[in-house]
Amino acid sequence: MMLRNYEEIAAMVLFGIGFTLLLLNKNMIKKIIGFSLTDSAVFLFLGAKGYIAGRKAPIVTDGVTAAEAYINPIPAGLILTGIVVSVACSAVMLALTVRLYRRYHTLDIDEITARVRKENQ
Amino acid sequence: MMLWQSVPFACILLALGSAAVTGVLRGRAARCWTLAVLGVETAASAVLAALVARSGTYYTYMMGHFPAPWGNELRVGLTEALLGCGFSLVMLLSLAGGLRDLEEDVSSGRHSLYYVMILLLQASLQAQIYTNDIFTGYVFAEIMTIAAAASIAVSDRGRNLLAATRYMIMNLIGSALFLLGVILLYDLTGHLLMSPLRNAVSALYAGGEYRIPMTVVPALIFVGLGVKSALFPFHTWVPDAYGCSTPASAAILSSLVSKGYIVLLIKIAVRVLGTDVIRGTGADDVIFGFGVAGMVMGSVLAIRQTDVRRMTAYSSVAQIGYIYMGMGLNTEAGITAALFHILAHAACKGMLFIALGTLADVSGGSSRFDALKGAGKRAPLAGAAFTVGALSMTGFPFLGGFPSKMNFVLAGLDYGGTHLWIVLAAVVVSTALNAVYFLRTVIALYGKPAEGGSLAVSEKNGFARAASLSCFMALNIGLGLAFHPVMEWLRQGLATLG
Repeated sequence: MMLRNYEEIAAMVLFGIGFTLLLLNKNMIKKIIGFSLTDSAVFLFLGAKGYIAGRKAPIVTDGVTAAEAYINPIPAGLILTGIVVSVACSAVMLALTVRLYRRYHTLDIDEITARVRKENQ
Repeated sequence: MMLWQSVPFACILLALGSAAVTGVLRGRAARCWTLAVLGVETAASAVLAALVARSGTYYTYMMGHFPAPWGNELRVGLTEALLGCGFSLVMLLSLAGGLRDLEEDVSSGRHSLYYVMILLLQASLQAQIYTNDIFTGYVFAEIMTIAAAASIAVSDRGRNLLAATRYMIMNLIGSALFLLGVILLYDLTGHLLMSPLRNAVSALYAGGEYRIPMTVVPALIFVGLGVKSALFPFHTWVPDAYGCSTPASAAILSSLVSKGYIVLLIKIAVRVLGTDVIRGTGADDVIFGFGVAGMVMGSVLAIRQTDVRRMTAYSSVAQIGYIYMGMGLNTEAGITAALFHILAHAACKGMLFIALGTLADVSGGSSRFDALKGAGKRAPLAGAAFTVGALSMTGFPFLGGFPSKMNFVLAGLDYGGTHLWIVLAAVVVSTALNAVYFLRTVIALYGKPAEGGSLAVSEKNGFARAASLSCFMALNIGLGLAFHPVMEWLRQGLATLG
């Protein structure tokens, strides 16, 4: 049974990769990529859980009104909302990275920390 | 549906709408508009709290035209109304107190953008307090994170940018975990509204199904919101974020933003998971342990600081530990004590940061321990405010911090067993450490200025700052004297919250 949940397994692997990048990588851009991966993994998980094989999106075109013919649209709605939030966070992170890069000419957060510390001594 | 029941919705909408408008106003107009909005929201929340208290119960407010299991809802009870009013008031006072420093700290041309961030913070705080939907809670938690990071980065200095970046990284880690927890909970139950979620969670738990996911979900939500609210081992972003941002930002971040996440966590713990499920999974003892560790370690780290603002920031870590300890007791008394401490700490920490801003102004712009010697004499009102705040944090009677500590001890007594001894030991050790670093600072404030370190600059005391500090002091003394009705209010609110 476990082996049939391909999407869920992929989502958890992606979450792990993204989370490790976000937490441990020194490069700011890779951190942001990690963050995007983490959020995408959660959305993949939600999308996979929200889909029932053989059913369609709840848009009535051929007169079928039985609920059994359709999937619940809320997971898809949540994913869209989540993507908007995720994009906004990435944008803020990128903006901060641009400002840090203009000032210190590096993307390495450890080096930036060292330089800031030296500046304030 | 009475008109006054729309007040929470109006507060959220007014702040959000004003945030959109303020960005295009000029600095001065934006400032007046923001202060007016915060004033109106404080007054409206106070009226709402009085009306909710008179009705003696809670109500849910339907958003849009879809009823309960499908639509989105706000829920307003005694607890929410009091928190909404208290948070608006502290937000207003913190902003008013920090106006003078904003002139220097915010680069010119960006002032109106700072007020956008303040209004977004206000909107998301109100939304987190009132919402009955966990996904709405998540979305507003993210808005709050972005606005808070922007309010740190508003001063164009390298260390501010770095502090904002670190703040964002830690918060994004927290929100990824929190989001995963929310999604898992939704996958298990099919609900997002708190009341149907509660029934579904109870049914799942009673049936013994999904034991492992039911342990993973509280763990993810707790760690996620713990990271965002600066709980002890995840506090690494705190000293930079609070230590270098402008006083208004530091006050709002420490007293309100971290509390917003905690309020959301308490709501999820009490309203969604329920105390029994949390006890069954053993999450309460873990929260308790983290809280106690934070109380002691936050104070130990604070003692080692040479910069008073960083010291006050570490003291926040210790106070957040108190709140988590109360939640970890997982009893009515413990959670009530935590809620009271949220208010008491908000009133106190905001005042400390605003006062420190003024004290640093009269000490050549430095908040290092040596530079602040004698600053209490150069700026008497700020010195008095810092003293009141320091005494309150130390647990001096007649101030907000004392009933808070007493509540935690009483909650521990109520709980009994080993927890009682741990609570007593943690409160005693933490209070002793608090006394060491806060009273040392107060004595230095009124001591003899160090040679060369003293600058006889007169206090640039704006009216707004004086008024803000006076109101903060009155608020602290009021909480210290009238803690009984506030506790009773919170206890009644909690009884209907579950």
